[in-house]
Amino acid sequence: MTKLPELVWIRSRDFRAAAFPATAVDRPGWVALGQALAANRFTLMNLWGEVGAVCMALHDPEARRVAVARIALAKGKFPSVGVHHAPAQRLERAAADLFGLVPEGAGDTRPWLDHGRWEIAHPLGAGAAHPGQPPYPFLPAEGESLHQVPVGPVHAGIIEPGHFRFTAQGETVVRLEERLGYVHKGIDRLMQGASLSRGAELAGRTSGDSTVAYAWAFSQAAEAALSVAVPERAFRLRALMAELERLANHLGDIGAICNDAAFAMMLAQMSVLREKVLRAAERTFGHRFMRDRIVPGGVSADLDAEGEAVLRALVEEIRDRFPSLVELYDNTASLLDRTVATGRVSHDLVRRFGAGGYVGRASGRDFDARRDLRYAPYDELKLDVPVRDDGDVNARVWVRIREVEQSCSLITQLLNALPPGPLRTEVEPTGQVREGLGLVEGFRGDILVWLSLDTEGHIRRCHMRDPSWFQWPLLEAAIEGNIIADFPLCNKSFNCSYSGHDL
Amino acid sequence: MRRFLLEGLMRKPLTEGAPEPWTEARDELVAAFARAQRDRLGRSLSIRVVDAGSCNGCELELQALGNPFYDLERFGLHFVASPRHADVLIVTGPVTRNMAEALRRTYDATPEPKWVVAVGDCAKDGGCFAGSYAIVGGVEAVVPVDLHIPGCPPDPTSLLKGLLALVERMGAEAGSR
Ligand code: SF4
Repeated sequence: MTKLPELVWIRSRDFRAAAFPATAVDRPGWVALGQALAANRFTLMNLWGEVGAVCMALHDPEARRVAVARIALAKGKFPSVGVHHAPAQRLERAAADLFGLVPEGAGDTRPWLDHGRWEIAHPLGAGAAHPGQPPYPFLPAEGESLHQVPVGPVHAGIIEPGHFRFTAQGETVVRLEERLGYVHKGIDRLMQGASLSRGAELAGRTSGDSTVAYAWAFSQAAEAALSVAVPERAFRLRALMAELERLANHLGDIGAICNDAAFAMMLAQMSVLREKVLRAAERTFGHRFMRDRIVPGGVSADLDAEGEAVLRALVEEIRDRFPSLVELYDNTASLLDRTVATGRVSHDLVRRFGAGGYVGRASGRDFDARRDLRYAPYDELKLDVPVRDDGDVNARVWVRIREVEQSCSLITQLLNALPPGPLRTEVEPTGQVREGLGLVEGFRGDILVWLSLDTEGHIRRCHMRDPSWFQWPLLEAAIEGNIIADFPLCNKSFNCSYSGHDL
Repeated sequence: MRRFLLEGLMRKPLTEGAPEPWTEARDELVAAFARAQRDRLGRSLSIRVVDAGSCNGCELELQALGNPFYDLERFGLHFVASPRHADVLIVTGPVTRNMAEALRRTYDATPEPKWVVAVGDCAKDGGCFAGSYAIVGGVEAVVPVDLHIPGCPPDPTSLLKGLLALVERMGAEAGSR
């Protein structure tokens, strides 16, 4: 193996506090990094294109630090990382679509986000007129008596669009291939040249269910780039909102997973609790999803004494009602019959893909950005990260059950020590080009934001990586060998974001 | 399990739930809805939701219409799995170029008479995504729209109000036919 390039590694509290120095690497260095990823030396956190460059964010879990490597490209070609390390493949395909960059040696050169429907090709690169595209070739599956079942993009429920191509033998799935990109909105390009407040607006609308986490991650990146000191109270209010968001999503999804196993009562009960969280959010922070409440520099909504009482009552109610629902889940054999041993994901895959959130933690990946790449105010809070080994639908449900309990505990801890003080610091441009990294644990997993600002504080480049990028591919593996009828159940237990992924 | 069922029988229904500032307004809305649905339409309505590019926020509130607080089904309105069974298409999101054809085809698969409700600020004109190379525009840019419900996302009460307006209008149209 070629020698690894010297990277500038930054520890978590440091990258939130100051601009992030990306390390320039040459071709041999870039290749060596790809091989190191394949050898499991680091975890790939993101890979994205820029004009004339490609970047990778790497995580060194043992040392709890992060680095960004950048390779400058004279001719728009770079050595493929995906050829060594599968998790990079879709990211490279996306960079190819958006910038016209070519990953040399890549095994899969099919377009990913570009369905041949845009008027311009490579919208963030040269942006020439789009020549159109031949039909998308799905991967073949060969064998006796196989048949294909195409599903989507328009699905039966009230959910997002995407296409699933099942190859089945009888009822058993032999291969699932996902095709995504249907809700691609061009957010990366809308970000270019935008002001920070416009950027925060877009970040908060990247994946609606994670609007708080996205706005926080974006703000973190901006605050780091510009070295802004956020007031203590704002940190705590942000965490309150983030935990409310986590609660609402976990409660709703636990119910929905049970509903997909034909246990509708759980959905009704859980959706009541979820609705109560959303109403509490509206009464305290003025919006059911707390959208646009986290802004660069701080927060735009305060919590008064009445709001505090509302949140305390909410936590009490969940603590009161949730345990008996958990007991019901655990004691209903017909339900467990569907969730146990269904949709298993191996430890190895989860580790290789660096899958975050409950998908990773249900398969033994003991990582939570709130603890392992921690940020204020979680450095002052007690958090137990639940981890399971079994990796099936049941394990993912249990991780989320435990996280509901943790969020309740965190909300109480936050309310018990809410310092007075200002809500927001003015965010000023520095007159320099600055780059920053934001990393926030959303309910689904860690959201990473890379932000580059020009001298006037406008956005040069912003790339947001949803946790789903490293979870979607694992869903393909999870369903293999299961029956098609269990797909909705498996899918819901992942609940990946289409919009967050497609951008 | 038995305990929950029993509790469900004993406890007051959630639809009359906690005294919140807007409960009264909502009760009125509920009554108006029931009246309009019965008098003007005299039948149930099937709704098919199509996400044409949303951030998924609008979907969350549409899903909430099914929870026991709002319980849309009691008005005879229910969500169906196929456009072929639908009277109403609810479309969310700015329409992305990658979804425009799927939306058009879903519309074509819906039998006449049909109505289209565009939900959310994005569905009006693309909202904060307007002007992107990847966006066609609002829903109207692809299929004819009968009603728009604003909001980012519209909360369940606004959705109910919007659907009530639609039912009333449908009733009026039926009366004048
Ligand atoms: S209106 Fe708001 S919630 Fe609805 S899709 Fe658009 S950004 Fe998302």
